[in-house]
Amino acid sequence: MLTTSNLLPEHAILDETCPAGEPWMGVVKKGQVFRILDLEGNQAVDTLFYNADDPEERYSAVDTIQRQGRLYLTTGSVLYSTEGNPLLTIVADTCGRHDTLGGACAAESNTVRYALDKRPMHSCRDNFMHALAHCNCALHRNMTKRDITANINFFMNVPVTPDGGLTFADGISAPGKYVEMRAEMDVVVLVSNCPQLNNPCNAYNPTPVRMLVWDLQG
Amino acid sequence: MNDILWEERIPGGNHWSGIMRRGSALRLTDLEGGANVSALFFNREEKLERYNMPDTLKAQHTAFLTAGNVCYSDMGRVLCSVIHDSVGWHDTICGVSDAALVEQKYGKANFQSHRNEMVRSGKDGLLIELGKWGMGKRDLVANVNFFSKVTADDDGCLQFHAGNSEAGSTVELRFDMDVLVVLSTAPHPLDPGPQYKPAAVMLTALHAGLAAPDDLCRNACPQNQRGFINTERYYAS
Repeated sequence: MLTTSNLLPEHAILDETCPAGEPWMGVVKKGQVFRILDLEGNQAVDTLFYNADDPEERYSAVDTIQRQGRLYLTTGSVLYSTEGNPLLTIVADTCGRHDTLGGACAAESNTVRYALDKRPMHSCRDNFMHALAHCNCALHRNMTKRDITANINFFMNVPVTPDGGLTFADGISAPGKYVEMRAEMDVVVLVSNCPQLNNPCNAYNPTPVRMLVWDLQG
Repeated sequence: MNDILWEERIPGGNHWSGIMRRGSALRLTDLEGGANVSALFFNREEKLERYNMPDTLKAQHTAFLTAGNVCYSDMGRVLCSVIHDSVGWHDTICGVSDAALVEQKYGKANFQSHRNEMVRSGKDGLLIELGKWGMGKRDLVANVNFFSKVTADDDGCLQFHAGNSEAGSTVELRFDMDVLVVLSTAPHPLDPGPQYKPAAVMLTALHAGLAAPDDLCRNACPQNQRGFINTERYYAS
């Protein structure tokens, strides 16, 4: 469902640009609102969420799908944890639907999907490994590959047909579209701004995205 | 080809784990109709390599599993292959029930009141088995639900298909790596049936041999051909 937000960037407590193909990691506190803005359009943003106090509790794609009885994410979707608790709720969405079945690209899965010699190409799960090795908010939580699970792909379009076919279709996002979530607990956000060049998930041209956080209590 | 190595009956609502060697197969038989077998697969040598739902679906452009499909690990290798299937659709996208859902749907039935007829969620069954291998919640990833069918309409709204599997239905998995298999036979989380009566399942271990050059699953798509090359390179010596 298309819904806009009236939050203004000048009131945000965090306003950062994540360059094309880079990871991004941060903490969003309970009650704060987190926006991802697709600056140039059709940019998949591979995203995982964790309970900041106990990252063993983390985003669960299958629990989220099962509990809402729907495949796609949009305004009103509650992003559930592996413990069945709401991590965040989508409160605004000008794109209309986001994927949580397509997962994150990896060097290894690229060898299967495209060609064995695609292994050296940059990938989301290499980004995740890089972020876990360098970001302070990962290091003291002892996060590893074991914590990398099925993610959300904001702005990505992976339609499933009634007979069970699944494709990576052209994006339905556009420059300036955004999705906004309210944190229901303190969460760690782990993002890979997808560098995939082999399919249309980034319109074959990965671009930067903008991250904003508002503290409405402040 | 189909030499039986062993058989074990798993009651409905129960759980099981074990190592299946490369070249063996496991036939799952729905003994009573309406069974659900939630399954996770791990490389037994390096358990951080595990079944990856998104990689499995996107490599094969499918949202469900049937004969010809394989289960991919997150490392681009084939953990196991669906070599026979009398059912036609196995769910991959709905996860498992947890204790709160089971109590809400079926009420409480613990050991004290019900002895071994007690009710246990899919999640708790999988966690018990994972614990036996030194594993836990961080290893509980998106699973397969064999024998269950859930479809999505054009808006993504899900529908559970009761009666997808009848008594005697079988699905056969060949293991293309040495795999730790973790199973629960608790009901599917979207099964609307008001009564808790999950079907029993027979596990039949068979000798299958390695995937031949003309193997159905290997040749189902170019992606699977590459997946088998990756797998064979892993075992090259």
